[in-house]
Amino acid sequence: MEILAEGQGELIGWHDPDEHRAWVRANKSRDLKDKQVTLAEAVDRYIHEGAFIAMGGFGHIRLSMAAIYEMIRQRKRHLIMCGKTGVHDADLLIASGCVDRIEVAYAFGHEMRGLSPASRRAVETGQCEVIGEVSNAGHQWRFLAAMMGVPFIPTRNMLGTDTFRYSCAKTVRDPFSGKPICLVPASYPDVVFVHVPRCDKYGNAQIDGTLIEDFQLARAARRLIITTEEIVPESKIRDQPDRTAIPFFLVDAVVEVPYGSHPCQMPYLYFFDEEHIGEWLDMSKTPEGTEAYFDKYVHGVPDFEAYLELVGGLRKVQYLKRVEQLRAPMTAPWLKRKG
Amino acid sequence: MEADYTPTELLATVASKLLEDGKSVFVGTGLPMIAAMLAQRSHAPNLLIIFEAGGIGPRVPVLPISVGESRTFHQAVAASSMHDVMSLSQNGYLDYGFLGAAMIDPFANINTTVIGDHDHPRVRLPGSGGGNDVGSFCWRTIIMMRQEKRRFLRKVDFVTTPGYLSGPGAREAAGLPAGCGPYRVITQLGLYGFDEQTKQLELLAMHPGVTMDQIQENSEFEIKVHKDVGTTQPPTREELRLLHEIDPTGMAIGK
Repeated sequence: MEILAEGQGELIGWHDPDEHRAWVRANKSRDLKDKQVTLAEAVDRYIHEGAFIAMGGFGHIRLSMAAIYEMIRQRKRHLIMCGKTGVHDADLLIASGCVDRIEVAYAFGHEMRGLSPASRRAVETGQCEVIGEVSNAGHQWRFLAAMMGVPFIPTRNMLGTDTFRYSCAKTVRDPFSGKPICLVPASYPDVVFVHVPRCDKYGNAQIDGTLIEDFQLARAARRLIITTEEIVPESKIRDQPDRTAIPFFLVDAVVEVPYGSHPCQMPYLYFFDEEHIGEWLDMSKTPEGTEAYFDKYVHGVPDFEAYLELVGGLRKVQYLKRVEQLRAPMTAPWLKRKG
Repeated sequence: MEADYTPTELLATVASKLLEDGKSVFVGTGLPMIAAMLAQRSHAPNLLIIFEAGGIGPRVPVLPISVGESRTFHQAVAASSMHDVMSLSQNGYLDYGFLGAAMIDPFANINTTVIGDHDHPRVRLPGSGGGNDVGSFCWRTIIMMRQEKRRFLRKVDFVTTPGYLSGPGAREAAGLPAGCGPYRVITQLGLYGFDEQTKQLELLAMHPGVTMDQIQENSEFEIKVHKDVGTTQPPTREELRLLHEIDPTGMAIGK
């Protein structure tokens, strides 16, 4: 195929398909076994310096926040982040110094809430390097290629733009239509965390609401850690197998973490804790405030359970449940600024 | 009956009127969400709203904070996936794409990535998100944004999302799906379309009370004016009531 243009972004997460097949054969067990561990163990075992990581969910939705806090608590360094609508996850991991390189589809912003002071500061001062741009569809089709075990997927987005020019994609002439077409390379993150509402001890995981891109991401991941609101008996999974988005043999570790997406949303279960997200957005305006946030909410508590108590405990999560179910109105400190 | 209204309220009502009943729209974060919801609750009850995280055909109960949150698939016909909705878009199922923008040029190429040099940015913005995909795939893209001299630029620092790129035929030459592209740009000052020959921005209508001087002063490039330039309709009281019902906290529309 004739190469028409090549993006200058760094090719991250790509493996030759045969190399990946061999890696899967050697490293991914097809044995049905209990994979429950603690979060501290999972993060310690799988997150190595320089790892290329991705989080399931989207923006502030169904994120494994407990895993993010644990990475910060263990002071992981030089991680490379997949900024696939990386919002609260990317902001915290960059601000805490865990991540210093990122491939960006969307980051440094909190949608309606405004921009992210801390991670923007990190990019503008050079503390965090943007190694490539991509679009949301481009990003998830990188995972689709990886999931399919093919080196790339042809797509018709990004063409003609600087998003392409700074991506790791290539443009070729399509041998069928004769038109230029974009090829996005497969992306196999080293470690992926996906937070789900229910999962059994083997890793059979079910998702309620939109899957976003977690179906592809889970199959593209080399190491996959499931954090779950609840560990359920295997029989409950087998009663509704059509709900299973992620079967056990893709999963390396399972951790039960109730409210593990806080302060982010868990569809049908609890809403965003806007009070807490607002506190972060305020504190992260300065480097001192950023440090104070992590001292108070991460390093100042032994684990996620203690953090939940600190942010308001049962009373707070019951309120967030009512907001999610449209039984209580949403309030947010950042609304006042909008006036 | 006319009513007092803010520029943001006007922007939302003018944008909502562009959406037709029985058509599909891919909705981005912020004001586009409120305009699409207003259309659905007024003249376009069968507007098919699609969100990038997988929400298909929801009855959105209240303005979502995010294009991925559970309000975007509330009473939807399907809660699907990004792969699904992006593939549908790439296959031509999306009539309208609805985006916000930080900066545009006369061809409506959008920058939401960076101000200054990419590798040493003066200001880092969020990046494409689904913007590039919506601008690449939807038949007609509508852009809602604030018009200022530093936002209506001769040349943007970074083309995040394709408009007409360098002019007529450039999208197809680049390999983008044929026959689609920017359709309207709506600002707090006016409504813009595109000249068929040049594919450059052209003023179609000014909002009530806005002068031609204001239109030109708030753009770095000279704005072409359509020969039959008109005036947009101000919001009705009913539209204003609906806007505040949709966004009770004033998140997008203000208090």
